[in-house]
Amino acid sequence: MAELTYREAVARGIAQEMARDPDVVFLGEDVAKAGGVFKATVGLYEQFGPLRVRDTPISEQAILGAAMGAAMTGLKPIAEIMFSDFFAVCFDYIANEFPKSRYMSNGQTKCPLVVRTGNGAGSRFGAQHSQSVENWCMMIPGLKVVAPSTPRDVIGLMAAAVRDPDPVIFFEHKSLYATKGEVPDGEIVDRLGTAKIVRPGKDCTIIALALMVSRALAAAETLQSEHGIDCEVIDVRSLVPLDTQTILGSVAKTHRLFTVEENPRLCGWGAEIVSIVADEAFYELDGPPVRITTPHIPLPAADILEDMVLPTAERIVETVKRSLES
Amino acid sequence: MARVSDRAPGAAGSGLNDDIGEDKRLALYRSQVVIREAEQRAFDLFLQNLVKGTSHLSLGQEAVAAGFAEAMQPGDLSFCTYRGHSHTLARGVPVEKVLGELMQRDNGLMRGKGGSMHLTSEEHGVMGSYAIIGAHLPIACGSAWRAQYKGHKDVSVCFFGDGTTNIGAFHEALNFAAVWKLPVIFVCENNLYMEYTPIGEVTAVQHPAADRAASYGLERIVIDGNDADAVYRTARTAYDKARAGRGPSLIECMTYRHSGHSRADPAKYRPEGELEKWKLRDPVKIYRERLLQFGVAEKVIAGIETEVRKVVDDATETCKAAPPPSLDILTTDVYADGGWAWRN
Ligand SMILES: Cc1ncc(C[n+]2csc(CCOP(=O)(O)OP(=O)(O)O)c2C)c(N)n1
Ligand SMILES: [Mg+2]
Repeated sequence: MAELTYREAVARGIAQEMARDPDVVFLGEDVAKAGGVFKATVGLYEQFGPLRVRDTPISEQAILGAAMGAAMTGLKPIAEIMFSDFFAVCFDYIANEFPKSRYMSNGQTKCPLVVRTGNGAGSRFGAQHSQSVENWCMMIPGLKVVAPSTPRDVIGLMAAAVRDPDPVIFFEHKSLYATKGEVPDGEIVDRLGTAKIVRPGKDCTIIALALMVSRALAAAETLQSEHGIDCEVIDVRSLVPLDTQTILGSVAKTHRLFTVEENPRLCGWGAEIVSIVADEAFYELDGPPVRITTPHIPLPAADILEDMVLPTAERIVETVKRSLES
Repeated sequence: MARVSDRAPGAAGSGLNDDIGEDKRLALYRSQVVIREAEQRAFDLFLQNLVKGTSHLSLGQEAVAAGFAEAMQPGDLSFCTYRGHSHTLARGVPVEKVLGELMQRDNGLMRGKGGSMHLTSEEHGVMGSYAIIGAHLPIACGSAWRAQYKGHKDVSVCFFGDGTTNIGAFHEALNFAAVWKLPVIFVCENNLYMEYTPIGEVTAVQHPAADRAASYGLERIVIDGNDADAVYRTARTAYDKARAGRGPSLIECMTYRHSGHSRADPAKYRPEGELEKWKLRDPVKIYRERLLQFGVAEKVIAGIETEVRKVVDDATETCKAAPPPSLDILTTDVYADGGWAWRN
């Protein structure tokens, strides 16, 4: 067992897979000699050398296109897009190329790659370097989408993503890079499509992702200690495939549902979960499902403004309390 | 077999040199005839409402596809555009499979799941046809990177139009390939038009691909894309260079499409007489004349034409008789497990 930061876990997860399989290669801007702008890939270049860990030009389309061409023909590339906001300049690959080639070719074309990216707010970077765009990817058939919240999950889900035969978009939360967690020694391999109940409870279900998981847990502690409300918190971890059984099972037990999302209001991933629960567990519910999201605005840069818009533990406490009491 | 040039050697530089040989010349001719006949048939079937959706023909551009494909080694990989029937056929994909896909039949290359713009046959080295302008240039770079990394000797070849030289992915891919010295060949088929706009009206340089080559440290190459021998020779040089680890090439082939951009586009935007002028330089016609000049018997040439026409006729009948795609393929192959499940 060792204590690792989330950023160290990224490097360890990639290293674990590169050491296992020589077909795993890694490319991106400033990722090799510099170890990444978030220092999440420090040491990989030294360990695996310049043929396997490659700095690229500032060419997001070339990075993702090259990853796809390599994946189609036998490699298992990991590509970094520095900030997930930049998906907008290479979205053709994410939306049109990776996820459709297998289907359009009637099963001939494979695309086993991972795109990892820095996602999410909290760094005061403003509207174009802070977004949570996992919902942009969740809506595309053919992709898989994961977003770990702990160092251990970073390693385990990275291994699962690299070993998966489909294109996986791997969202690392920028505000989690400095956080620490216990990580067992040896190889860690997790499974995509598995949510985790990170705090069992009986009065309501709170579903969260990435940075929002720790806020949901903090809210659950307050709700328990100050209001006697016992929350079950689920880290959804994988949006596609989605572990609906864990979610529906929890709602069947608690009869109330809350989602906590960093996405702006419209079409955040919580809307899909609420819709599934409404369809399939409507009569289990004792009250309306509630989404806690950022408002439908671009993210502001200033700290006091950004802090207003992201869901906080306090907002979660308030919302849950008000809903359960009404 | 005797080489054509043994019987009728041409002047140096005239395109009649003996470095190609009769077998290869007959193959180049047959390949062009296959494309010509199949594309013409696709157009006729479109007019009969038997080709649905869209289709983008390469009538008039056959020499580019034939020349590059005939210079390839087995294992070389082609990345095409929506105007990719020609390149797909040139790699030896059966006419029946291509027409079947255009006609949305169960016998189609992808059983109707991809359509005319996405012809793919990995077993023939056709690694997909891409319909988002420029998307496949970076993808071809990735394939070439794999070859470089694994020490494979195959070359990745990427075909695209003149209009494609103005999109960002073109420039990203050229720089990337040059910096990484990748075994990839970028082939611009300059047919003078985007969909309807002449390329010259929207491009800062005269030769949209070749005049940009210097930006990426590459040689400026413009060739007659209607002369299959010229294409073949240029292709061979570029493959040799790529295989020797000397990096990418960018080749601009001057050519012209005889039909409209897609479907029944009547191409009214073309100036009077332009099509007629280019038809004098019809690649299939030029090549036929060259074979005769070389002393290939009319009978041999006509034999190829008759044989190909029969292939296309038979393919047409097979496709007409083929059923539409079976409905059970609707949700297959979204994911690698063969299915489409996104939840448990
Ligand atoms: C990104 C993108 N923009 C626009 C289009 C629409 N479009 C399809 S073909 C075409 C013209 C392309 O011209 P060129 O590259 O010269 O190829 P050609 O059709 O002449 O072979 C356009 C604009 C597209 N498919 N993708
Ligand atoms: Mg054109």
